Amino acid sequence: MKKLASTLPNMILSLGIITAVAGALLGVVYDSTKEPIAAMQKEQQVAAIREVAPPFDNDPEADAWKTDVDGYSFVVYPAYMQGKLQGAAVMGGSMNGFAGEITVMCGFDLDGTVRNYQVLSQAETPGLGSKMQLWFRDPSGARSVIGKNPATTPFYVTKDQASNGQIDAITAATISSRAFLETLRNAYSSYIEYTKEKNK
Amino acid sequence: MSKYWKLIYNGIVPGNPVFVLLLGMCATLGTTSSAMNGLMMGIATAAVLICSNAVISAIKNFVPDKVRIPAYIVVIASFVTALQLIINAYMPALNASLGIFIPLIVVNCILLGRAEAFAGKNPVVDSVCDGLGCGIGFTLALTILGSTREILGTGKIFGAEIFPEDYGMLIFVLAPGAFIALGYLIAIVNKLRKAN
Repeated sequence: MKKLASTLPNMILSLGIITAVAGALLGVVYDSTKEPIAAMQKEQQVAAIREVAPPFDNDPEADAWKTDVDGYSFVVYPAYMQGKLQGAAVMGGSMNGFAGEITVMCGFDLDGTVRNYQVLSQAETPGLGSKMQLWFRDPSGARSVIGKNPATTPFYVTKDQASNGQIDAITAATISSRAFLETLRNAYSSYIEYTKEKNK
Repeated sequence: MSKYWKLIYNGIVPGNPVFVLLLGMCATLGTTSSAMNGLMMGIATAAVLICSNAVISAIKNFVPDKVRIPAYIVVIASFVTALQLIINAYMPALNASLGIFIPLIVVNCILLGRAEAFAGKNPVVDSVCDGLGCGIGFTLALTILGSTREILGTGKIFGAEIFPEDYGMLIFVLAPGAFIALGYLIAIVNKLRKAN
């Protein structure tokens, strides 16, 4: 077969067909991966709640409570044991990272001490900001946030001396670290807001 | 048979996309902060390269010369988007570690370069072999660069500790270290090629 000549109708036809076929194929792929992706995210979320929240016997997702902090929506998944509040897992995020959105599930004890956290999604620089999942639980230096209470320990990076920062930032990824800590602070205030709401 | 081997071999050693042709530097420097990231990025790019080479070679006579670049880009972008959706659905850990660099495979010049230089002029099977060769070459180069940076920067290789992280040179994990390591690796490859 000879190569098509570069006439206008040929070009329009050829590009039109190629984009139409590509679009159709992508639609098929999108459709077939939509459910696994949603299921995967859901599963991650449930697993994250289970991992970070204190032991519970209620359904935290049914009791979920939404709020807004700085224009970003935070979801509090409260953990109850025999009708008594034990703490909560709070899902929230920040747009102030180095690249795109960071979402974190953070677990609090009743008094707001950080129990554990899970980074659900982030698009930070691989090898730098992307280390946040491990870095902020590393006991060396002042890296870890676990077992600390944002009410008594300022959740800012140590570089931010004006805020009396007490947490070591990820080496060479201060912006990512700031966004992560901001998320934790806002998660904490959402949790406190929730407990106030419940005690009314 | 030997012709196909030659095409594959050409992409791996004499025409290695990273060390010899110096193509795709952005992804090369950006993702090789660890050996695993380099390997995964290489495999992802190789998968897209083989598919796009095959399709571009198959449709080459149907695409008029003046619109070949947009047509090629559409083909490449479709494969990358499909790959990203699949990785999202079945390999969330990989998605978490490579993040933004997966969609950026679209603008990796190895893909368009091979489409222009090879797939647009040669039959399908040859193009697949060329894609395979370049893909392997790219993966190999990224893995070597990633390993070098990981060892020098953190004292680990594929996450296994060789010496304590405190003795590592942080600069090799950062962007300047990528340039330094790549420069030395290219020098070594050039020396070896001259010796042959």
